[in-house]
Amino acid sequence: MKVALTNNKRFLSGLMFIGIGAVAIFIARDYPMGSALRMGPGYFPIVLGGIIILFGIWEIIIGTLKPDEVKGNWSLRALIVLPLSAVIFGILMEKAGFIPALIALIFASALAGNEFKFWEVAVLAVGLTIACVGLFIYGLGLPYPLLQGH
Amino acid sequence: MELFNNLILGFSVALSLQNLWFCFIGVFLGTLIGVLPGIGPLATIAMLLPITFNVAPVSALIMLAGIYYGAQYGGSTTAILVNLPGETSAVVTCIDGYQMARQGRAGPALGIAALGSFFAGTVCTLLIALAGPPLAEMALKFGAPEYFSLMLMGLVTAAVLAHGDMAKSLAMTALGLLLGVVGTDVNSGMARFSFGFPELTDGIGFVVLAVGVFAIGEIVSNLGDPEERQVFTSKVKNLWPSKEDLKVSFMPVVRGTAIGAFFGVLPGTGPAIASFSSYMIEKKVAKDPSRFGRGAIEGVAGPEAANNADAQTKFIPTLTLGIPASAVMALMLGALTIQGIAPGPQVMTQKPDLFWGLIASMWVGNLMLVVLNLPLIGLWVSLLKVPYRILFPCIMAFSCIGIYSVNNSSFEIYLTAIFGVIGFVWLKLECPAAPLLLGFVLGPLMEENLRRALLISRGDPSVFFTRPISLGFMIATLVILVIMALPMIKKRREVITG
Repeated sequence: MKVALTNNKRFLSGLMFIGIGAVAIFIARDYPMGSALRMGPGYFPIVLGGIIILFGIWEIIIGTLKPDEVKGNWSLRALIVLPLSAVIFGILMEKAGFIPALIALIFASALAGNEFKFWEVAVLAVGLTIACVGLFIYGLGLPYPLLQGH
Repeated sequence: MELFNNLILGFSVALSLQNLWFCFIGVFLGTLIGVLPGIGPLATIAMLLPITFNVAPVSALIMLAGIYYGAQYGGSTTAILVNLPGETSAVVTCIDGYQMARQGRAGPALGIAALGSFFAGTVCTLLIALAGPPLAEMALKFGAPEYFSLMLMGLVTAAVLAHGDMAKSLAMTALGLLLGVVGTDVNSGMARFSFGFPELTDGIGFVVLAVGVFAIGEIVSNLGDPEERQVFTSKVKNLWPSKEDLKVSFMPVVRGTAIGAFFGVLPGTGPAIASFSSYMIEKKVAKDPSRFGRGAIEGVAGPEAANNADAQTKFIPTLTLGIPASAVMALMLGALTIQGIAPGPQVMTQKPDLFWGLIASMWVGNLMLVVLNLPLIGLWVSLLKVPYRILFPCIMAFSCIGIYSVNNSSFEIYLTAIFGVIGFVWLKLECPAAPLLLGFVLGPLMEENLRRALLISRGDPSVFFTRPISLGFMIATLVILVIMALPMIKKRREVITG
């Protein structure tokens, strides 16, 4: 079976591990290494970075010998929209308050799905917001403003 | 006699009205979320963790333990009714449980799962009460080298026995250790890997990591590859298994409990190993193995008992040594730390009410599961019918509020979003995240103990091999690694986990 390297699970994992390990060592190069007796803050991360790189190389070798295809699709829409909805929530929590943040989160995250029915999401947003205000703000007493102006 | 006094103390704590209430809430919420397809116990606990912050430590832990069992049982319900395992250990329950549901025997399947778990829970509660104190006493004698070797053993077992490719699991463990390094170094006060963000000098929150990887990453994956669901619900009426069912299931439950308890005490092994082993053994000893895969009740009873026994005995190393035996336990220890309690063998002597109260509450929680699920099964079934497009925004809302409430900081939300993306990539590349989380929690502890051990030995690494207990752990680590790398066993392992 021939699998393109860009779709080869092991090969890609290997690249990722090497990348992460290299970045870790690069950043940690300025941390004092110390000696085995008195380890500096750089010792542990650099050793770990090295170990991760070794595993990465291993994965690349095995991946080229025994290719292993990535299953399913990359669901780009959800991959972009869903984390963004969390980011919107974070921004609005600080700028606009609990209720707008939550409603925006529900609408935005629903957009990540394959079906988006406006009225269904609207009902869900209202219902869930009421439930969350009741549970978190009044029930658990979290100190967040429901609405805040500028 | 001391055992009884301890258990009495425990039950007096667990049976207080307040703690019963928290136990109930935990079990209820845990089952509620655990029933949702695609959400395992880990994501459930991570999501619900913040609601325990405002509660007293004992109650918080009791609630978390309740969430844990609830989530596990909820997962079995989904496995039986929809054939969708929430986590790897429920895969086994799917095999015969779903077949039973198709034959209209969903009720007895759910019933035996609950009863089997309850039996395992009862035995294991006693086991923890018996084994806990001597182990903690032994652990008090551990020095830095012993702790380091023990943690190394735990991490290696976790990685080696995880699902799929061994090299990847080991690499993910190392990556977890590396993520654990992020933050201020205790010895030098130097900020490491903080990328200029002051928020990162306190390290990455483990809730952030867990929710990002296990909730958001998982949702993205579910949205990309929607699974078909067919719920067998019309016939869930009689939950009580027949006399014949009980008779056939009794020995599998006993064996499953023993297997689960054995694997549970080993740090690092996940519940999947226990339930798979139990299933294999039941199939071997059965008079007619061909029934397995076609709705054999033993195939549900044994693995479910094993699963629960494993979940429960995982508390032994976690509570007595202060070393999380699984990713879920890592979350529990994290909760303990947030409550201001340093995990370790001293918890038992310094906070006996917490220790024994938690143990007694495990039994209470298991009993509640049995009692709860009889009247509530209708609710779980209707929950299973809720379409995913409604469920996942709710999960997002709970996750985001939960994370924000940990530190009242939006930065953590952004970090969670990033880990969501990374978690999805790991899912796609089949890089297991559970060993990573374990490494993440153990990272700082391991570094600290490594430094201390080498300081004591004046920089001589042979200290790990000259002290007998440490040497024992090192040999065990090596043996596990070698055995699992043997071609013959490697193949079998692939058959089981792949």
